Amino acid sequence: MYVAVKGGEAAIEAAHKLLAKERRGDASVLELTTDQIREQLSLAVNRVMSEGSLYDPDLAALAIKQARGDLIEAIFLARAYRTTLPRFGYSEPANTSAMAIRRRISATYKDLPGGQVLGPTFDYTHRLLDPSLAGEGNFPAVEKTETGDAEVSPHVAALLNNEGLIEENLPQNPDADVSDLTRGALEFPADRDLRLQALARGDEGFLLALGYSTQLGFGRTHPFAGEIRMGEVEVSFVPEELGFEVPLGEVTLTECEMVTQFAGSADAAPQFTRGYGLVFGHSERKAMAMALVDRSLRTAEFGEDVVAPAQDAEFVLSHADNIQATGFVEHLKLPHYVDFQAELVLLRQLRAEWEAERGKTDGASPKEAAE
Amino acid sequence: MRICAQATEAELTQALADFGAIPQVEDVRSPEEGLVMLRGRIGGDGAAFNAGEATVTRAVIRLEDGTLGYSYLLGRSRTKARLAAIIDALGQNEDRRAQLRTCLIEPVTQRRSAETKARNEETAATRVNFFTVVRGED
Repeated sequence: MYVAVKGGEAAIEAAHKLLAKERRGDASVLELTTDQIREQLSLAVNRVMSEGSLYDPDLAALAIKQARGDLIEAIFLARAYRTTLPRFGYSEPANTSAMAIRRRISATYKDLPGGQVLGPTFDYTHRLLDPSLAGEGNFPAVEKTETGDAEVSPHVAALLNNEGLIEENLPQNPDADVSDLTRGALEFPADRDLRLQALARGDEGFLLALGYSTQLGFGRTHPFAGEIRMGEVEVSFVPEELGFEVPLGEVTLTECEMVTQFAGSADAAPQFTRGYGLVFGHSERKAMAMALVDRSLRTAEFGEDVVAPAQDAEFVLSHADNIQATGFVEHLKLPHYVDFQAELVLLRQLRAEWEAERGKTDGASPKEAAE
Repeated sequence: MRICAQATEAELTQALADFGAIPQVEDVRSPEEGLVMLRGRIGGDGAAFNAGEATVTRAVIRLEDGTLGYSYLLGRSRTKARLAAIIDALGQNEDRRAQLRTCLIEPVTQRRSAETKARNEETAATRVNFFTVVRGED
């Protein structure tokens, strides 16, 4: 049991002042603005929004500045902020088929309706540091290609679906509420909607490692990136007092659909199965890892044995939240003096008993040796 | 309401300045910041799930003729939410709606289509055609 401590106010206050000074760094260097963070460190902003589970680029940029670039600390700030706000309700499900696409690739089809566009990607860069960025940025003129209206880009899975080669997504069960992690405790077995909510806010590094583990043989699923798309989607909401849909604005989303190997049974022909990832902002690695882990957590659904960590929903979902994780790990540095004293007393007692016991046997052993 | 969601705060301010005489406005619900849980669909077209929250600011105003105007917008701008609620109320009258067309809808639509065109052209320049290379042994 943790026993509270008191005191330390002056030291804590001084430490926070010192933190503010460290945050500012060398005062002869220009101070960062949150606009600069939002515009130029946008992928960090996206990560804070996705794991903070709060879409607001300005707030995320502020959190990154306040946290000195420690993204988990920034995510903590975003999560803490959201608890201060009332919940107006739930949006209508975003229609990602109608996304204004800025990136869309498929590793399964070369030619697909709507085409493939690389968009702003690190892929195919040589990962060589660019010294020119150390100075004032000179960026090359962007190329443009004349184009008509954006082509319709149906989801790749829909193409396979036409042939019945991939499982269909189950429609909404009208009798079931959509599970909400923020309104109740995580309980097992967790349905897929609840699992996806937990994964969407889960730690990118944790999900990346779990996704990787499935590729290396711990619960193999042999995935293909059926499609990855990123762009803007309008979201809307039906306020109770109005009773009709009101557009709230546009959000940037990254979506990934993994196509993985077959499931089939005596009743159902073999089909590709699916794993899904949907993440705030341009967060491709996270969306891919989420899709891998989503599929992996469906192991039991396909009648396969749960043998690997990434297939164990309780293990994955209980440890995916980096704010819960950091809270419990970091609490260890708080004063535990009373706990520790208790353990010391216990240990001394055990030692005394052990020595007393040994003293008895030591006393007995010479006699034994003499015999 | 969609146009208010697409407009910037500066555009809404400009639109009301260009609109001319605005009836007396009374706050029914002062701008309030809150959250909407954004939903997606499993696999893009399946059952809904909660993807994460977004900040949303809402406001309700009443014009002197009693018309109520509502707004719900992503973000935390109280000013923008109030302006959007006023525009929502004005837009419920046919004459005023025609006026809003010139001072709000047209300029915002123009800006948006120019931005969309530029973005589509930049994106189209990254359109990729991969070739599958035939292997020698085949």
